[in-house]
Amino acid sequence: MSLVRLEKRPAPSRLFSGLTPLMAVIATMVAGGILFAFLGFDPLVAIRTIFWDPLFDPQFGPYSRPQLLVKAGPLILIATGLALGFRAGIWNIGAEGQYIMGAVVGAGVGLAFYPSESPLIFPLMVVSGALGGWAWAMIPAILKTRFGTNEILVSLMLVYVAENILASVSSGLLRNPEGRGFPGSRNLARDYPAASNPELIAGTGMHWGVVAAFIVVILTYVLMTRHRMGYSIRLAGEAPRAARFAGVSPARLILFCLGTAGALAGLAGLFEVTGPAGQITIDFNTGYGFTAIIVAFLGRLHPVGILLAGLLMALTYIGGELAQLMLGMPAAAIQLFQGMLLFFLLAMDVFANYRIRIGNPEVAK
Amino acid sequence: MSDAYLAIEGLTKAYPGVVANDDVSFSIEPGQVHALLGENGAGKSTLVKMIYGLVKPDAGRMTVNGAPYEPADPHAARAAGVAMVFQHFSLFDALDVAENIALGMDDPPPMRELSQRITDVSEAYGLPLDPSRRVGDLSAGERQRVEIIRCLLQNPKLLIMDEPTSVLTPQEVEILFKTLNTLAAEGTAILYISHKLEEIRALCDHATVLRLGKVVAECNPREKTARELAEMMVGQTLHTPTRDYSEPGEVLLEVSDLSLTPANEFGTRLREVSFELRAGEVLGIAGVAGNGQDELLAALSGERTTAPGTITLKGQPIGRLGPNARRAAGLLAAPEERLGHAAAPGMSLTENALLTGEVREKLTSSGFVAWQKARSFAARVIEAFDVRTPGTETAAGALSGGNLQKFVIGREILQRPDVFVVNQPTWGVDASAAAAIRQAILDLSASGAGVVCISQDLDELMEVSDRITALTEGRLAPPRPAKGITIEAIGLMMGGAHDMDVAHPEEVHA
Repeated sequence: MSLVRLEKRPAPSRLFSGLTPLMAVIATMVAGGILFAFLGFDPLVAIRTIFWDPLFDPQFGPYSRPQLLVKAGPLILIATGLALGFRAGIWNIGAEGQYIMGAVVGAGVGLAFYPSESPLIFPLMVVSGALGGWAWAMIPAILKTRFGTNEILVSLMLVYVAENILASVSSGLLRNPEGRGFPGSRNLARDYPAASNPELIAGTGMHWGVVAAFIVVILTYVLMTRHRMGYSIRLAGEAPRAARFAGVSPARLILFCLGTAGALAGLAGLFEVTGPAGQITIDFNTGYGFTAIIVAFLGRLHPVGILLAGLLMALTYIGGELAQLMLGMPAAAIQLFQGMLLFFLLAMDVFANYRIRIGNPEVAK
Repeated sequence: MSDAYLAIEGLTKAYPGVVANDDVSFSIEPGQVHALLGENGAGKSTLVKMIYGLVKPDAGRMTVNGAPYEPADPHAARAAGVAMVFQHFSLFDALDVAENIALGMDDPPPMRELSQRITDVSEAYGLPLDPSRRVGDLSAGERQRVEIIRCLLQNPKLLIMDEPTSVLTPQEVEILFKTLNTLAAEGTAILYISHKLEEIRALCDHATVLRLGKVVAECNPREKTARELAEMMVGQTLHTPTRDYSEPGEVLLEVSDLSLTPANEFGTRLREVSFELRAGEVLGIAGVAGNGQDELLAALSGERTTAPGTITLKGQPIGRLGPNARRAAGLLAAPEERLGHAAAPGMSLTENALLTGEVREKLTSSGFVAWQKARSFAARVIEAFDVRTPGTETAAGALSGGNLQKFVIGREILQRPDVFVVNQPTWGVDASAAAAIRQAILDLSASGAGVVCISQDLDELMEVSDRITALTEGRLAPPRPAKGITIEAIGLMMGGAHDMDVAHPEEVHA
């Protein structure tokens, strides 16, 4: 019997669907500011350090600005693939593992040809990286279509398997023979030009992975709006029974969505290992696969939204690091801040689906 | 007026954009069986919700036995002697009958005493019910008895029944009517909501007709024909579907020994279903929902596949083909559930036109959707079937039930199927839309297509079918010519009488 009630909208409000990410960002800034104040930091300085200084600070800008694309590239690439499945109700939580496997397989193929100088090496590695991620994602996909297993659990658990494979190969199979016994592969970016993924325009952070991310965003947009596969994905997410009635095969959809997401995550891993990371090491993966889940939802599962969300998320990462460095803020506070962003986004969804009514409660018609 | 149990004066209720009830007045006397008639959206539900305390009126007043009656909630309504049996039951499958009844009571007596009272009441009113049975195992008719007995235990002075017969077989309807007549004879007033006109003529001695929220007529339904009542409801001369009986042509669809295990544990297994469908013929399949209708539609539409030879279309085995391959071969289907099965509620009509129209209307080319073509196909359906909608980009879920159903049926018929399978074509659809849909089915068969019409509405089946059969617990009775068949005969085919034997053995075989 409260005076404020939620009334379901007949259809989700388009205006609010577009506005909620913005409202979520503002709410995160406010709540995060309060959090920072409790921790003894000046909230305005903290927020400025996270959102403004990485891009415009005269001292740190030149260093951190290129990081924006370096960090956003893999996030966008992975999140775009994940969003395909999420739109269809297929929950791939294991992009981190697919990212690792893409990097391991791609780097492995490249290292097998060391020290070849053939220009075909890098393209071959790109294809292998995509295949590595794809194959890793096919495990939950086939188990789901064959035996009805839960793809959330299987894909998630395969992350830990992939991490162990990564640990194994970085101190075994792919270890740098000239590395004096230290774990970790040869540095592809520095020591193996045919296999490296360099910064394409100096000072921008732009590498092939970022180019791939932009292309994938465009292709996915076309797929979702113009192609029957995109229609099938949307239909399956909207009304699974109607999708079956329309002749959409759930199994094919699962294979396509998981496979595409896996391949894109694998690509992201490959571009990372050949560029910014440079080598396979035990701690190669830094959580892009999980953060991409947040990016996918923050971007409303829409390719263009994901592009913007990926950039925003990258900014909070860089800004967070800067805040740790400059203000001595604890890393946990930054993670909490990022978590708030997803929390507020989901909470704000209420406004897209419901209308707020103030007045006497009563049972609607 | 002075002897009325419940009197309503000037009741008005407005929702954003629509006046659900506009200055409604009528009264019910003790022992009266009072029908509330009207199309979907005429305001019947809102009106009874106000009487039952679920909705507060904006204006107007109600009195019970002359005293002001303003129920704040159903609890207050029950205390004043008003009870209601809803169209959709609110029962817990895992609990037994007595437990379910106890849950719905304001102050339940001890279990043992309650069980005894349930047995007493159920015997007194000819509604056999074992208080210790699990509700999950009961038929729809028996579940309704649980709801009715729950009401009767509170000794209501007014019993409201919302579309009570939509889930019952004709024999179960007969038992229900006997109970209601007994109650009325004891002085209980009954407010009976239905759009089944023959039932109202048989049961009720007074009718209030609502149209667009207003009382447009009061009458004694026994003195009117069903047609006159229907015309009062819709406010215009009704168009009765017309048909030309034609000689059935060659066999289009042949189903032989079709057996199918249900996709989930609540489904019904199809058992050796066999029938033939000829060109120009409508085969009506009667049956209470839950007897395998959904499974039969899925098997025919291709959502479930079977052995190749079990289903033959124009001589070609199609049992293995999926929905789109069957559409290409000429077999189209329209499932019962509009929202979420026949159409995606959150998607536009254009996108929903693509849902089944892709193959036959060639709405894609090399994998890409031709949205312009899809839009114009949707527009053609809207135009040809008089779908009331702002446009093709409106979400399907925003359409009224009748309009969406016209869209769903029209979308298939405009694709000129050779065989059309439809499940509950006019379920929850207002009278004029229902007439249009039935006419479209008849026109389709007159043009040489075969139609399988699965329906719970026996009047509808009698109107459109050439031959009629019934689906009961997954088995199909041998089809019989529709000409001259009686409702009772269909009822016996439906076999819904089996659990009635205990109560009224003499009527079942009458």
